[in-house]
Amino acid sequence: MQKSITVLLLLLLSTFSFAQDTLQAVKVEAKSRSIKKSLKTTANTTVMTSKELLKAACCNLAESFETNPSIDVNFSDALTGTKQIKMLGLTSPYLMITEENIPSVRGASQAYGLSFTPGTWVESIQITKGAGSVVNGYESISGQINTELIKPIGDIPFFLNLYGSTDSRFEANTHFNKKISDKWSSSLFVHGNTRISKNDMNDDGFLDNPLGKQINILNRWQYNNAEKGWVSFINFRYMNDEKQTGEIDFDKDRDKLTTNFWGSEINTQRFDVSTKIGYVFPDMPYQSIGFQNAYNTHKQESYFGLNQYDIRQNSFYSNLIFNSIIDNTMNKFATGLNFAYDDYNEFVGVPGITGNYDRIDTSVGAFFEYTYDNTTNFSLVAGGRIDKHNRLGLFATPRLHIRYNPWEKGVLRVSAGRGKRSANIFAENQQLFASSRVFDILNSGGRIYGLDPEIAWNYGLSFMQNFFLFGKSADIGFDFFRTDFQNQAVVDLYESPQQVNFYNLTGNSYANSLQLEFNIELIKHFNVRTAYKYYDIQTDYLSGTSERPLQAKNRFFTNLEYATHIGEKGKQWKFDFTYNWMGKQKLPNTASNPEADRLPKFSSAFSLMNAQVTRTFSSTFEMYAGVENLGNYKQDKAILGNDNPFGPNFDSSIIFAPVFGQMFYAGLRFKIK
Amino acid sequence: MKNILLVMITLIGFTVTAQEKKNKNAKFDIEVNGNCEQCKKRIEKAAFSVAGVKSAVWHMDDHTLHLILNEEKTSVTDVKKAIAKAGHDTDDVKATDKDYENLHHCCKYERK
Repeated sequence: MQKSITVLLLLLLSTFSFAQDTLQAVKVEAKSRSIKKSLKTTANTTVMTSKELLKAACCNLAESFETNPSIDVNFSDALTGTKQIKMLGLTSPYLMITEENIPSVRGASQAYGLSFTPGTWVESIQITKGAGSVVNGYESISGQINTELIKPIGDIPFFLNLYGSTDSRFEANTHFNKKISDKWSSSLFVHGNTRISKNDMNDDGFLDNPLGKQINILNRWQYNNAEKGWVSFINFRYMNDEKQTGEIDFDKDRDKLTTNFWGSEINTQRFDVSTKIGYVFPDMPYQSIGFQNAYNTHKQESYFGLNQYDIRQNSFYSNLIFNSIIDNTMNKFATGLNFAYDDYNEFVGVPGITGNYDRIDTSVGAFFEYTYDNTTNFSLVAGGRIDKHNRLGLFATPRLHIRYNPWEKGVLRVSAGRGKRSANIFAENQQLFASSRVFDILNSGGRIYGLDPEIAWNYGLSFMQNFFLFGKSADIGFDFFRTDFQNQAVVDLYESPQQVNFYNLTGNSYANSLQLEFNIELIKHFNVRTAYKYYDIQTDYLSGTSERPLQAKNRFFTNLEYATHIGEKGKQWKFDFTYNWMGKQKLPNTASNPEADRLPKFSSAFSLMNAQVTRTFSSTFEMYAGVENLGNYKQDKAILGNDNPFGPNFDSSIIFAPVFGQMFYAGLRFKIK
Repeated sequence: MKNILLVMITLIGFTVTAQEKKNKNAKFDIEVNGNCEQCKKRIEKAAFSVAGVKSAVWHMDDHTLHLILNEEKTSVTDVKKAIAKAGHDTDDVKATDKDYENLHHCCKYERK
C-alpha cells in the first residue's frame, strides 16, 4: 500500500516540474518497451527507461544515448575522453539538462557534466525535442533532457555492477539501500572508475584516451507521508574526477607546464546538496505545491600544454511551484517562481587572452503554464515566463505546444518557443585549449565576455502513426525543427587554423533538422528501429555563410534488439546491435597549414557498429559483453602537428570520427532484492 | 496504473465520510458501464460537461468512475444523468435504449 501511494505521490510530484499530467502517465504504463513515445503527451517527449541504458557499454549519462536516434553522440576527443551530445544539430549548451528537474549540466560543468552521472544511478530519462516547458527556466533552445535517479523508496537493498574494457577502463558501481522507517528511506550510491594504462593505437605519440580516475558518491534520503500528502528528498553528492592526457612520455610531475613533452591534466571537484519538498492536498489530488533548492560548488583546475584554464562556480537554485486546476482537470496550470545565483571565478591563460573573468549572475523569474486537455484528441500547453537577470536584462519567454490526434493512433504536434542564455565561451569550448590557436573575442560591448546574450526561436512540427504491418506492430513518423538565432556567440574556426574567433552573430544563423523514423517489431521480442536524419545548419561567419563544422548533413541509424523468452528463474539472452552511418562533415579551415598538417575540406562518410550480448542467469545476476566500433574505423589524423606540439600547427580539437578503434568490454550486474 | 487506482480508492475512502455541509471537493466513486478506450473518453467527456465537476477518471477494468465535484454547483445525480444521456448506464441512472443504440458498435457494452 505504502508503495502504491508513493507511486502516486511521485507522479504528482514530478508534475510540478513539467506540468502535463499526460506526460507522467506515460511513465507508469506497464509496457516493457525501453523507449516510449506516447500518442498523448503534448510535447515531443521520448521516455527512455533504465532498461535502454543496459543495451550499450554506457557507463555514464554522456554515453547513454547511443541507442537513441533523437540524440547524436559525438566522438570523444582524444583529450577529455568525454562524449559530447547534440540534439537537432545543436550542442549540449543549447539543451536544458536537468536532474530531477533541477538544472544540472550548465555553466562550468557544460563540457564534462554529463560524464559525472553514472548510468546505473538512472531510473529514466525524458527527452523533449524543441522548446520544452517554461517551468525550469529560459535557457533551453533545442530541447530538454531530464534524468530521474533511482528513488530510495523503490530501491533494492544492494546492487553491484563491475565493468572492464580493452581500452583499460574499469568501473565499479555499488548501491546500498535501507528503509529506516515506514516514512524514511535512504540510498547510498558509490561509483568509481579509472583508466590505468596508456593506449596509442594510432601511433601518433599521443594517448588515445585520457588516464583518469573518478570517485562519485551520492547519498539520498526520501521522506514519504502518504496520508498527509508530503514527500521530500534530500541529496548529498561529492565527486572528484582527474584526467591526464597528452604525449605518451609526458610525466606530470616532471613536465607540467614545460615544453619537454605536451601534456594535460583536468581535475574537477564538485559538491552538491539539493532538497525537494512536495505537498499534495489530500482532498484535491490535482493540487500540489513543490519547493526545490539546490546548492553546488564546482571547481576545475586544468592545463593543456602551456595553456591554463581554471574555473570555479558556486550556484544556488530555487524553484517554487504551485499546480492546480481551473474548473476541472481539463484545465490545469502550474505557476511559480525561480531564483538562480551563480558566482564564477575563471582564469584563462591562452595565446591572445590572459586574465580573470570573474562574474556573478543572478536572476529572478516568475512563470505560468496552462495546460488544456480535452481528454480525447487535443491538448495544448501554453507557458510564459518573465525573468530579471543582471546580465540578460528583463525579458519574456513564451512557449507553446499543441497536440492533435486526427485519427486513431496518429499524432500531430507543433511547438514554438524562445530561449535566451549567456554563452560560457571558454567552458563550452574547452577542446580548443588543446591547440596552438590564438583566441580572440572580437566584440567588447556585451556583458558576457564582451558578447551579447544568445537568443533563439525554435519551431517544430511532427507526426507519428502507429499501425500494424502484416500483423506486426509498427510506427512511422517524422519531425522537423527549425532553430533561428537572433543572436549567437559565434565560434569561428574558418578564419585560420591558428585562430579561433568569438563574436556576435551578424546576419543569419539557423539549424534545420529533419528526422524520419520507422520502427517495427518484426517477430516477438525482435525490434528494429531505424532513423534517417538530415541537418542543415548554416551560420554567417565573417568569411561568409557556411555550414557548422564537424556536423554530418546526413545520418542513418538503426538498432536491432532481440531477446529470448524469459525462461526458468528469469534466464534470458538479449542481443543488441547498433549501426550508425555518418555522411561527410565539413572540417575547420586548415588550408594554410603545411601539407602534412592539412585536412581536406570535408571528411569522408563512414559507418560504425556496436554490438552487445547480455546473459541473465537469474533475476539477480547477469553478465554482458560487447564491442564498440566493430569495424575498427579510425580517424587517421587525429592530432594535427603532433610531431611538434608546441609549434603553430598543433591542434587536437578536430575530431570527426573515433580515435580509438575496436573496443571490447564486459561486465556484470548483481542484485540483492 | 493499478497501484494508482488502489491509492485513489483509499484516498477517496478517507474523504467520503459524509458531510452535511456542501463540500467543494466532494469525492464519489460510481459504477459506470462501458467497454473500451472510446467509452472512457465519452464517459469522462460527459462528466466534464457538467459544470462543477473538477476531476473525472474512469477505469476500464473495474468500471468505476472517480469523481471530484463541487457540491455547491452540482450533484452526483446530475453527473449520472449526463453520462446516461451519452449512452452509458450508471448504478442508478440508466441510459435510454435510443441513446444506447447510438453508441459505436465496439462500445455496446453488455447491459445489466
